[in-house]
Amino acid sequence: MKGTLVTIELTALGLSLGLVIALPLAFGQVYGGRVARIFCSLYERVFRSIPLIVLLFLIFYGFPEIGIRFAPLTACVLGLGLRSAAYQSQIFRGAILSVGRGQTLAALSLGMKRLEVFVHIVLPQALRFSLAPWANEFTIVLKDSSLAYALGVVELLRQGSYIIATTYEPMAIFLTCAAIYLLLTLSANKILHFLEKRLQIPGFETRGISH
Amino acid sequence: MSFYEILMASTPKLLQGLVVTLEMTLISVFIGLFLGIILCLSKVYANKPIRFLSSAFIELIRGTPLLVQLFILYYGLPVYGIRLSPLMAALIGFSINSGGYQAEYIRGAIQSIGAGQMKAALSLGMKKWQAVRTIILPQALRRVIPSWTNEFIYLLKYTSLAYIIGAPEMMAQAKFIASRNFEFFRVYLLTAIIYLAVVWGFAEIFSAVERKLRIPGTMIGER
Amino acid sequence: MNRKNTVLRVENLRKSYGRNVVLKDVSLEICEGETKVIIGPSGTGKSTLLSCINRLTEPDSGKIWLENAEITQKNVVSMRQKIGFVFQDFNLFNHLNALDNVRIALLKVQKVPREVATRIALEELDRVGLSDKAELYPSQLSGGQKQRVAIARALAMKPKLMLFDEPTSALDPELIGEVLGVMIDLAKNGMTMLVVTHEMGFARAVADEIIFMEKGVVVEKGPPQKLFSSPEKERTRQFLNKLTELYGEEKKQ
Repeated sequence: MKGTLVTIELTALGLSLGLVIALPLAFGQVYGGRVARIFCSLYERVFRSIPLIVLLFLIFYGFPEIGIRFAPLTACVLGLGLRSAAYQSQIFRGAILSVGRGQTLAALSLGMKRLEVFVHIVLPQALRFSLAPWANEFTIVLKDSSLAYALGVVELLRQGSYIIATTYEPMAIFLTCAAIYLLLTLSANKILHFLEKRLQIPGFETRGISH
Repeated sequence: MSFYEILMASTPKLLQGLVVTLEMTLISVFIGLFLGIILCLSKVYANKPIRFLSSAFIELIRGTPLLVQLFILYYGLPVYGIRLSPLMAALIGFSINSGGYQAEYIRGAIQSIGAGQMKAALSLGMKKWQAVRTIILPQALRRVIPSWTNEFIYLLKYTSLAYIIGAPEMMAQAKFIASRNFEFFRVYLLTAIIYLAVVWGFAEIFSAVERKLRIPGTMIGER
Repeated sequence: MNRKNTVLRVENLRKSYGRNVVLKDVSLEICEGETKVIIGPSGTGKSTLLSCINRLTEPDSGKIWLENAEITQKNVVSMRQKIGFVFQDFNLFNHLNALDNVRIALLKVQKVPREVATRIALEELDRVGLSDKAELYPSQLSGGQKQRVAIARALAMKPKLMLFDEPTSALDPELIGEVLGVMIDLAKNGMTMLVVTHEMGFARAVADEIIFMEKGVVVEKGPPQKLFSSPEKERTRQFLNKLTELYGEEKKQ
């Protein structure tokens, strides 16, 4: 059971890191100059092309060689976060662009400054548009946290395997693990779906990936 | 060892692993497509009990990590006397997993087609499954191509998990070489670069192909 | 030639969606070669009536006979081959070109050999004036052309009855004429038709009877001259006035 907590921790931290990195990335991609845009596209491309496992190994086993040593948990959070940032930046970028350009023009002609336009007009709508795909990313990070197993982090899966080592019931235990993951993903989806409905702008059904 | 020497020494083995990776990806993505079609059609068009079963199965696959699914196949099945080789377990695991996700992409494609097509087909006297086969499915499969190529790339990356159960793909090779020579950083970096190159390459090819086919499709589903 | 054969008989059709009663004991009869037009405000069940006839929608109660054979769940698939249905949204099969659209039911449902099917399909496309567009895909056709292909598609099955559900409502004004032209020709050549539409000109030209429906009930029915010049019910008069306001006064013949 403790493993589950670690899993949740990994997910939360990884997602948050991703979020923190993704927001400026998205912003830069939409509003930035050429350099910012190229950098952001590159970041996104790179981190969407490398398998998470490779990234994790690189961070955990590779970096010590150049002197940076990470704890397994930290390495995982880093890996999850960096990867998630690439996807999240795409989500936010899409959401920002979905807010019609006309509204920005209208706001500017009312005399708002660019930053105000973003904060008051674009952001509220973009955030709502992001919810559905973000919920999807949430479940992805949750499931990918199982990769922490490879680095020895005692999250749900590894704990499961420890239990198996002593009880010799692999099928039952793994099925239980699966059930717990399922529970986590389903409840996370329910909560986020509920949030989505509460905050919905009438007339804009979110074009999310539904179950 | 200098970077160059490592490059020379490890590249051949890594490329061997790459071949296995590609093989696994190709097989899994196509079996996944086949499975996905069956699952999807069961979920959308069949009667209540089958609908329930396929929906439940899809939910199960999409709600649990790929690694857990692999473990169940490789470590769990022996309990019932079914002992799979790492490669088999990996292939089956990836195929089933892919099937679950592709079922949803196809469902999205079917929904984007609109109810009118079905109504028209039925009005002409077609039976339901006839209509599905001749009218709905051809259109849906065309619309699902962007998601399908996405799935291909996803599998390309996630076959790397197979090393954990012992399958001889690229990641397994990388780990072996790295631990053997104590050259973690450079070997893993090299591996990352190879993955990057391959994925990027395929992504570009797919975009070009999609542009050629001029599908008025929508991006349905992204991993 | 006293009694012509009854092609369609609808008896006491009832349909509700939840508490909303859309069709209330609707009955009607159409004889061979007749064209009947249903008019009425939107949402009064006109489209539902049509889709109940070929059972795309299941009625709650009531019976429907096509040429003395009752349409039931058991024979509905084969019955549909004898009824042509033209939709408001055309519903052409997007992945097939015009020729294939018209051909496919012949090939797959009636299992007609390919050469025969192609010949019939080309004939029907010619009848609607689109034989030169046979190779084009729906996305390359205008709305009026799409609807005409849809009509050809339905006609290819040689139906006994043609149902039209607001066939021109989704079309730009300039394109309505070409579709109505095809429909008028069909009517004049003896096809049995039941048409739901707002196009009064069409009704006046070829309808043998006009049926005014409102809130799921048949309010009044009668030949066009009578209905347009001296309707019996007040509601009919009101509705017709609204229509002429909207579309402009038709020249009284």
